[in-house]
Amino acid sequence: MAEVILEGKNLTKHYPVTKGLLQRTIGWVRAIDGISFTIEQGKTLSLVGESGAGKTTTARMILLLEKLTSGTILFEGEDLSTFSASEIKSKYRPNVQSVQQNPWSSMNPRMRVRDIVGEPLAVNTKMTKQQIRSRVEEILDQVGLRADHANLYPHEFSGGQRQRIAVARALALSPNLVVLDEPVSALDVSIRAQIMNLLKDLQDQHNLSYLVIAHNLATVRYMSHSVAIMYLGEIVEYGEAEELFLNPLHPYTKALISASILTLPEDETDEIQQIILSGEMPSPLNPPPGCRFHTRCSEASAQCSEIVPEMRQVKANHQVKCHHHV
Amino acid sequence: MSKTVLQVEDLHTSFYTRSGEVKAVDGVSFHVDEKEIFGLVGESACGKTVTGLSLLRLLPEPSGNIVKGRIILNGRDILGLSKKEMRNVRGKEISMILQDPMTSLNPVYTIGNQLAESIKLHQGLADDKINDEVISALRLLKIPAPESRLRDYPFQMSGGMRQRVVGAIAMSCRPNLLIADEPTTALDATIQAQYIALFQDIQKTTDVAIIFITHDFGVVAKMCHRVGVMYAGKIVETATTSKIFKDPRHPYTVALINSVPRLDRKDERLFSIEGQPPSLLNLPPGCRFAARCDHVMDKCREEQPPEIDVGDGHLVSCWKVK
Amino acid sequence: MVTGLKVKPYKPPTTWGRIIRNLGMILPVAVFAVLIFTAIFADVVSPYPYDETSLPERRMPPAWVEGGTTAHLLGTDTLGRDILSRAIYGARVSLSVSLLAIAITAVIGTTLGIFSGYTGGRIDAFIMRVVDVALSFPPLLVAMLLAVSLGPGFFTVVFALSVLGWAGYARIIRGESLRVRNSDFVSQAVINGVSTPRIMLRHIFPNILNILIIGVTLNVGTMILAESAMSYLGIGIPPPMPSWGSMVADGRNDLDRAWWISTFPGILIGLVVLSGNFLGDWLRDKMDPRLRQV
Repeated sequence: MAEVILEGKNLTKHYPVTKGLLQRTIGWVRAIDGISFTIEQGKTLSLVGESGAGKTTTARMILLLEKLTSGTILFEGEDLSTFSASEIKSKYRPNVQSVQQNPWSSMNPRMRVRDIVGEPLAVNTKMTKQQIRSRVEEILDQVGLRADHANLYPHEFSGGQRQRIAVARALALSPNLVVLDEPVSALDVSIRAQIMNLLKDLQDQHNLSYLVIAHNLATVRYMSHSVAIMYLGEIVEYGEAEELFLNPLHPYTKALISASILTLPEDETDEIQQIILSGEMPSPLNPPPGCRFHTRCSEASAQCSEIVPEMRQVKANHQVKCHHHV
Repeated sequence: MSKTVLQVEDLHTSFYTRSGEVKAVDGVSFHVDEKEIFGLVGESACGKTVTGLSLLRLLPEPSGNIVKGRIILNGRDILGLSKKEMRNVRGKEISMILQDPMTSLNPVYTIGNQLAESIKLHQGLADDKINDEVISALRLLKIPAPESRLRDYPFQMSGGMRQRVVGAIAMSCRPNLLIADEPTTALDATIQAQYIALFQDIQKTTDVAIIFITHDFGVVAKMCHRVGVMYAGKIVETATTSKIFKDPRHPYTVALINSVPRLDRKDERLFSIEGQPPSLLNLPPGCRFAARCDHVMDKCREEQPPEIDVGDGHLVSCWKVK
Repeated sequence: MVTGLKVKPYKPPTTWGRIIRNLGMILPVAVFAVLIFTAIFADVVSPYPYDETSLPERRMPPAWVEGGTTAHLLGTDTLGRDILSRAIYGARVSLSVSLLAIAITAVIGTTLGIFSGYTGGRIDAFIMRVVDVALSFPPLLVAMLLAVSLGPGFFTVVFALSVLGWAGYARIIRGESLRVRNSDFVSQAVINGVSTPRIMLRHIFPNILNILIIGVTLNVGTMILAESAMSYLGIGIPPPMPSWGSMVADGRNDLDRAWWISTFPGILIGLVVLSGNFLGDWLRDKMDPRLRQV
């Protein structure tokens, strides 16, 4: 039984919308509503969705950059809300690190690579300067950079190299879990492969867990063990990656796969048919009643606009939130 | 046999900088016919966007300069035109869509206003006729209830809708050639699918020739009839989309396609190309890809390979193919 | 078909071209260098002491005008004191007061600005209201009140110039601090457990430095003018120590017959203001992040 490193239970985050001089709350942006998932040690969970789905909000909650409206985060089985501030600093932060999407803005342009990668160590451990230096060299080597790169500034590197530096920084404290927010979408196509291969290798070497936020399904399939498809603040389908891609159940998942799959028009069969959704994702200020996807779903029936579907376990490794495909 | 709308011959565009001459486009030739979608594919700094800008002669001044070549649009070389003549060509014969719809639209004018401005400039219609043209341009881009949207401002519309408005402005004067520079990159996958379907519809109803600049192979597969793969300022392979995916010949094309993860199967290990493209300030004498090529021979490093036709207009610039 | 393409050949940059393009930096820096040098070494460079009067040589014109001598290159004032010498000592006074005031206001304003911008919330709102109040006072009036109540002197002038000057810096730096605070690398630092003071020092401060340098450079002109205005009004450094402003005041009544008494110090004030502004503009162009190439 694999160890669960992080579990999210019914995570909810609503942002207030205020108006007027006295800042009255006139509504709520329901960024995420009741998200539940587990991440196992050494495995990758990907949160997939389009913009507005709530994936970045979820990442920010996990990284404690903002407070949840409700719900629980369990780290190694313990409820995070019971952690004191110093416990967060000593037990949580060193173990949960992050790599961001934009390799150009995620690093202080005025700091040398050596200091960027070494900062987590300088701040969280009692290592001496010399010790930090050798640790930095060690990790730079692991991500495919050289020791002499440590003296340079970020702008002297290419996008792919910068992302490697970001990964090195994330690994400095030997974390258990790394949250990666679109780690390769800002990079060139051929560089993406380099970074994805690197991430997979590091995962094998260090038994790392990854929470990957992505919108590119092919990337997700390559990297993930389990996948959660998000739409308008909810998880609509959740399960083991291969099972989900071979057997997509939710209409939104099917549409997403259809939009992402690389097929030449001449190869299109009746099976691989283009599913083109109408309309756009509604605003999280005012999600549609019942199933949030029903406004764009070609299979929607009467109950879809009235009753919110439950997340149902279809197989041991596959859950879906839909009235029809159960 | 369709009419050739655009013929580019040996185009060279350089940027004059203090560090030297950056040869962004270094000998590019291709053609696009009526009703054809030609994809220009490559990674960053390969020269695809600069090629697009060169066709419109919209390079930043004074650093951007076309130093050689011919761009023959509808039978005449537009590189010989004066600035005034070129201004008439832009919008009327060639039009361009850029990547970010938010910055392509002026935030302080309504979309109806912006569309009308473009139409007025190129068609010289009477004011009452312009309104009809605006609405029909919006209809062409399948914008629902166009009459009610005339008074909307860009910020009131979603990303996908804005991109359609940009498309409507570009198509408003029925240009012969449309250049689209990564128009779908900033869009979500499902919105992208809508947009691609829309483009294909436009193609059916007009004769416009389209150059689609992108780095996304998925979009290329669905949309383009023919593809030119660019690397370090040159086109290394030109072929029909089908051939590019099923029978790529240039080592760079092969490597690039293999490094893209596939959704229709589980990849065990992605192929990744080592190293980086050469600096455009300091190009090597031989083939640009020699330093990173798995099949490199001595000749590749010394001499640039010629363009070889391997059949049916499938062109490859590689010594190995010869 | 003739191509008709007009090709513009590539011309590599020349040293001369580089110099001309950067005159906006070279000239002001040269001006400042000369002025600072003469201010520091005034005792050595100046031909006469600044307070040596010579009644027979009153109101002598500059050397190139009829009636002037090379003994007094820029002429003499109403008490026969050498204008050139007084201008040199005046440089010392004007520059030291202004630069000291700039240093004080920049330090206070930057610290408050970074703190305010990063902390946000009510503290930020409060500090910015204080800034608003400080900026709404008429500076010269406040300076006059202070000079009258504290009595004239070097430190009174510095204090008068500094008491409101920090507010401008605070506002600008606070804006930049806000911008930097929203950067990805700052959230990354928070994720890494970096403490707030360390973030402000190592992440925010180095990234607002550009704006600060530009602000300081552009402030030189304003400060010199302010100090000169105070001296002109008689609330600056007391006589006989000359300041350019007081020298202008001295020649006020003789503009028709001894124009040189006011004009030369006036030109110097203008020169410093222009140099500061040109240099500030050049710096701003150079440091504009949009022009930076990746």
